[in-house]
Amino acid sequence: MTATIDATTSALPESAAPPTTTTRRRRRMTVSARIAAGVVGLIVLVAIVGPFLVGDPNAGDAARRLLPVGTAGHILGTDGQGRDVFARIVDGTRLSLLAGLVPVLFAAVVGTALGVTAGLAGKWGHRSIMRTLDVFYAFPAVLLAIAIAAALGSGISNSIIALAVILVPPVARVAETETRRLADLDYMDAARASGASRLAIATRQVLPNVAPPVVVYCTALIGLSIVYAAGLSFLGLGVSPPTAEWGLMVSDHTQYIYTAPFLAAIPAIAILVASVAFNVLGDGLRDLLDVRSEARA
Amino acid sequence: MSALLEATGLNKTFGNGVRAVADVSLTVNRGETLGVVGESGCGKSTTGKILLGLLAPDSGDVTFDGESIPAMNRTQLRALRARLQVVPQNPQTSLNPRLTVRSSIEFNLRAHGVARAERGPRVLALLDRVGLTAAQSERFPHELSGGQLQRVAIARALSTSPDLVVCDEAVSALDKSVQAQVLNLLADLQHETGVAFLFISHDLAVVEHISDRVAVMYLGRVVEVASAERLWDAPQHPYTTALLSATPGQGRERIVLHGELPSPADPPSGCGFRTRCPVAEDVCAGEWPALIPVAPAHAAACVHVKTPATTG
Repeated sequence: MTATIDATTSALPESAAPPTTTTRRRRRMTVSARIAAGVVGLIVLVAIVGPFLVGDPNAGDAARRLLPVGTAGHILGTDGQGRDVFARIVDGTRLSLLAGLVPVLFAAVVGTALGVTAGLAGKWGHRSIMRTLDVFYAFPAVLLAIAIAAALGSGISNSIIALAVILVPPVARVAETETRRLADLDYMDAARASGASRLAIATRQVLPNVAPPVVVYCTALIGLSIVYAAGLSFLGLGVSPPTAEWGLMVSDHTQYIYTAPFLAAIPAIAILVASVAFNVLGDGLRDLLDVRSEARA
Repeated sequence: MSALLEATGLNKTFGNGVRAVADVSLTVNRGETLGVVGESGCGKSTTGKILLGLLAPDSGDVTFDGESIPAMNRTQLRALRARLQVVPQNPQTSLNPRLTVRSSIEFNLRAHGVARAERGPRVLALLDRVGLTAAQSERFPHELSGGQLQRVAIARALSTSPDLVVCDEAVSALDKSVQAQVLNLLADLQHETGVAFLFISHDLAVVEHISDRVAVMYLGRVVEVASAERLWDAPQHPYTTALLSATPGQGRERIVLHGELPSPADPPSGCGFRTRCPVAEDVCAGEWPALIPVAPAHAAACVHVKTPATTG
């Protein structure tokens, strides 16, 4: 117990002692997390400026269909209708990123609020919130998303709403579990005994503890959300053709799996890269958000 | 001295059948320190939580400065909390690991409407008073030692100038030398501010050192209450005598208690101590004896205890 031995000196004036290096050193992310941050940054950049830099993603030339990767003028080849795959990938970034980020952001805010409220509420408040959320677990998430999207009608905004709804319960579970874990700790007793309002306890004492696991979990959900959105588009409930979107492109290209096997792989790789990048970035953010990360390292 | 906090007939039984607190009555006077000692599981901490208004008693009343705490609504209770504070037991969990020392203390100041501009200087003054530096105010709990953490917890408890601070095993997790420093700090602070302490501990030596009066608890009940000197010199209850004999370095004859502490969920009939008591008799199986005054400000709950009037 070096920490306790150290305390014997605490009564001595310590002002002369230099601050320990651990406190002032800037926290840093790992190399892989920084690469992931770079990839995410690139994806966001492409989503913003990309569509202005490439040609019309819907312009097709039937005579030049299913060209292989590396063809002059079509670096990623062309699809079944002779449209440039690279242009469509770049153009689709915007919608795919939207479908990945917006539902997760919504779920993060609403799910955390519900989870923390449930965790701090009394027996009945906790039960009513968590049991209501349990209803969502009665259905497979994808089926529920399909049902909601179908009920609302097709379109990108409706599929985003459907995805946001199905992502709320798991986020709320993560937030609730973490909140309950804190509830018995001494500092929560001290916080209650401080006379602070319940809102102040929730936002200033609980939220800093709940945020890191929620952030990490949500970054993992971004990849999932992109894939789900792709699934909805595939079923005709999300983006409708000829709009370029990664998920729709995968389903579109699958029919050429025997004639041009790599065609379906290109948008799939885009989805894979994006979801892995968000996942690794999430791990890096957790380390960055954890004030104790250095003590542990 | 006038009573600041008065608890009468507190009872608390948990859902699992454990009768944690049974018919406990305590008084804390203004500016004094009441020590509460007992083995783990005797209901000390539960009593502390009830007195803090964090736990509702099943029956009984707690009045703080004449006002009943269980009868208060949320707003009244929040206002009262500035005057009734806590220093928790475990230094590792008594502070939020994700808040700096400064934020932890500012949280309490903010709860009682201290303006933002005023909070910073107040925090530094409080830290200075408990022997910590301004540089340490930006540290996170994992960067401080156990003794430093309890100093921060004390500074936080004192931030709103309370009348009473409940110290729940506040020094138990610390080294002996650090314990002494923190106890001396508490004594100094009491001298300066006139704050009263309810000092909960399993360590009779620590309690005796800091307390004006001491209450001894066993299986959820108060079995003896006296001034610290009286308790030390003339313990009446056989449990207190046994506890004192286990305190090292004072040449008392060692009384070894046999058997385990009975389960509070299934206490023995009559006096709960009779299963381990060296002087138990048949009569002890009847009823738990009431607290009988044996001298001014000294009472014990044992059939062998006689009031001065009957002993002459």
